[in-house]
Amino acid sequence: MSKKLVYIYRGFERFWHWMQAILIFFLAFTGFEIHGSYTFLGYKDAVRYHNVAAYMLIVLIIFAIFWHLTTGAWKQYVPTAKNIKAQLDYYLFGIFRNAPHPTKKTVLSKLNPLQKLTYFGLKILVIPLSVTSGLLYMFYRYPTRHGIDAINVSTLKYIAIFHTVGAILLVVFIITHLYLITTGETVTSNLKAMLTGYEELDSDESSKDQVGEKEINTIIE
Amino acid sequence: MKKIVLLLAFFSLVVIVAIGYLSDRNYEPTIVQQLKQKYSKKYPKDVDHSRFPILQQKFTSPQQVTEACESCHNLTAHQIMNSNHWNWERAEFIKGKGIVYLGKANAINNFCIGTKGNELSCAKCHIGYGMDSTRKIFADSTNIDCLVCHDNTETYAKAGEKGGAPAPGLDYNKIAQSVGKPKRTNCGVCHFYGGGGNNVKHGDLEMSMFEPTKEVDIHMGTDALNLQCVDCHTTKQHMISGKLYSLSSMNLSRVTCEQCHTETPHESDILNEHTYKVACQTCHIPVYSKVNSTKMYWDWSTAGRLRNGEPYEIDDSLGNHTYLSIKGSFIWARNVKPDYIWFNGTASHYLEGDVINDTTKPLVLNPLHGSYNDYESKIIPVKIHVAKQPFDPVNKILIQPKLYSPEKGEGAFWQDFNWITASSVGMKDAGLPFSGKISFIKTEMYWPINHMVSSKEQSVQCIECHTRKNSRLAKLKDFYMPGRDYSPFVDIAGNWLIILTLLGVLTHGILRMFSSKKSKKV
Repeated sequence: MSKKLVYIYRGFERFWHWMQAILIFFLAFTGFEIHGSYTFLGYKDAVRYHNVAAYMLIVLIIFAIFWHLTTGAWKQYVPTAKNIKAQLDYYLFGIFRNAPHPTKKTVLSKLNPLQKLTYFGLKILVIPLSVTSGLLYMFYRYPTRHGIDAINVSTLKYIAIFHTVGAILLVVFIITHLYLITTGETVTSNLKAMLTGYEELDSDESSKDQVGEKEINTIIE
Repeated sequence: MKKIVLLLAFFSLVVIVAIGYLSDRNYEPTIVQQLKQKYSKKYPKDVDHSRFPILQQKFTSPQQVTEACESCHNLTAHQIMNSNHWNWERAEFIKGKGIVYLGKANAINNFCIGTKGNELSCAKCHIGYGMDSTRKIFADSTNIDCLVCHDNTETYAKAGEKGGAPAPGLDYNKIAQSVGKPKRTNCGVCHFYGGGGNNVKHGDLEMSMFEPTKEVDIHMGTDALNLQCVDCHTTKQHMISGKLYSLSSMNLSRVTCEQCHTETPHESDILNEHTYKVACQTCHIPVYSKVNSTKMYWDWSTAGRLRNGEPYEIDDSLGNHTYLSIKGSFIWARNVKPDYIWFNGTASHYLEGDVINDTTKPLVLNPLHGSYNDYESKIIPVKIHVAKQPFDPVNKILIQPKLYSPEKGEGAFWQDFNWITASSVGMKDAGLPFSGKISFIKTEMYWPINHMVSSKEQSVQCIECHTRKNSRLAKLKDFYMPGRDYSPFVDIAGNWLIILTLLGVLTHGILRMFSSKKSKKV
């Protein structure tokens, strides 16, 4: 079983990942100030910055969706029941015995089953919840303002509470995510991979995957 | 690797600078520049009244001046005689009460209570000459006091307790020849002193507004645009726009900030959206009574104490009366943060003779209507004036006592200090029943605050409302406000979820550290 340096995260993917990271940190930081959890920037600036950052995140998300659809990378996130138990076993027991990762990381299958499930949940539940409630938060007054009573939203209460729920779930995700970064081959190998794009992977895979990598490369290029 | 980290740091910086740049919109709106230009133009007078021969004659009575005015302005008297400034009442529709004629003529407030029977004193602020309890003056147009509003010499004054007659020794020729548009002094001489002294009633209208600095009022400041009352309170045929809900009920002929500034005056969309539910005054008048104190509480029940048989007064360090034998005890305040209520432009009123069903809670004399769910309602700042005032516990109605009389022995409280006689005479004058028993009831009046507008730098900041502690809007609980409100369930559950996640991650990490040490040893 030999190791090989593989280009696993493409340029856009890394750009998307880190921009999203910056924006979500910033949004959480300003958002919880707006929520009344603390004061730091001042309420007015917190709101202003939060809204601008929100638009930037939405633009980024649109680009990311486009990228995932056109490159077929979205398939990475389709959840699978296979190996979920093995992955759970690994995090709960195997990891302490220095057992090997139960699933192999390859270019075509970068995510382990638990990651797939989590990211899928993020993408179809938490992010849409945050974005939709966020947009409603910004624009819920407009129908009433323009005399359209049929779709009048009379209170901010539920919009705001759902937005808070989304934010709390994201914070929980980030804490877990930040910790799990350190559970790669070495403590920093996952971080390095997301920064440089390259990661040392086992290369005992069948040639099928090598072909797959090429395929993906040609699709992207 | 290092390069990429640096690149990432650079990107973060770019993002944050971009956020800052995109959200920075701090410049003066065009509309304010246009308004400044419009209102700083000076126009010369159209007419010089000093050249009219009829105003050169020797006037011996104020009525002669009025006749001289009416000889040219010969279709003007009826305008005055249809105005509420003259009639002291106007038709108001009050929900649940129908159309009522309401005004100073018959209203009951919680200051000096009412004018009935007290005309000689109260009519010092009537735009006519010679009002008394018969109120017969209204039919004669020569009783119109043109000068109190149009004198531009600032020398005209009314005598105290003479039913609106001018003070003695005035130079009518000089005054009549000076006439012009009313200035702040003309309006202020009555409207700043309502309730028997400076700033007793309004809180936002008082003698510092004669010559205010822009710190007191950004519009009227003599060091700013120096606006006069009538610049905003525009007038057609002597019908002056604007009115206060101490007496008004309908959402009509109001003076609004929007008439100049539009409904969306801010550059920031978020601030403009606020105008849908928040009145301009709410943010732009952070405090009222900026210079002199205003009366917040009036306790009539302590009135009538005498020293050696004589009435007396006690003043505080600022010269405010805290006790007067004729009126009772007072609490004054300066630089007051307003109270806030929902208001849709309509009000109800306690009318004379209305039976008070619930005497356990304070009686609101002018309930202002509104709520979050009412599309017409906005949050407005108000001064709440609280009083303890006499009422008849048997008939359950407010008492209109006889207060003023020039002589002792006519039952006036300010002469004889006897509640029973003052009430029985007063209620007889008002045509209301009196049981002979007196009690005191707590009442409240809501005075919308519209003046003493501050500069935008001094306006109420977001955090003063959007905060969990001491929010200015803490009492308005019928809506969700970011920063102030939250779901306790979501917040507590969320906190626990975050804490448990942190603990889980921490435990996992520590266990890994130990296990990896162990495996290295092996």
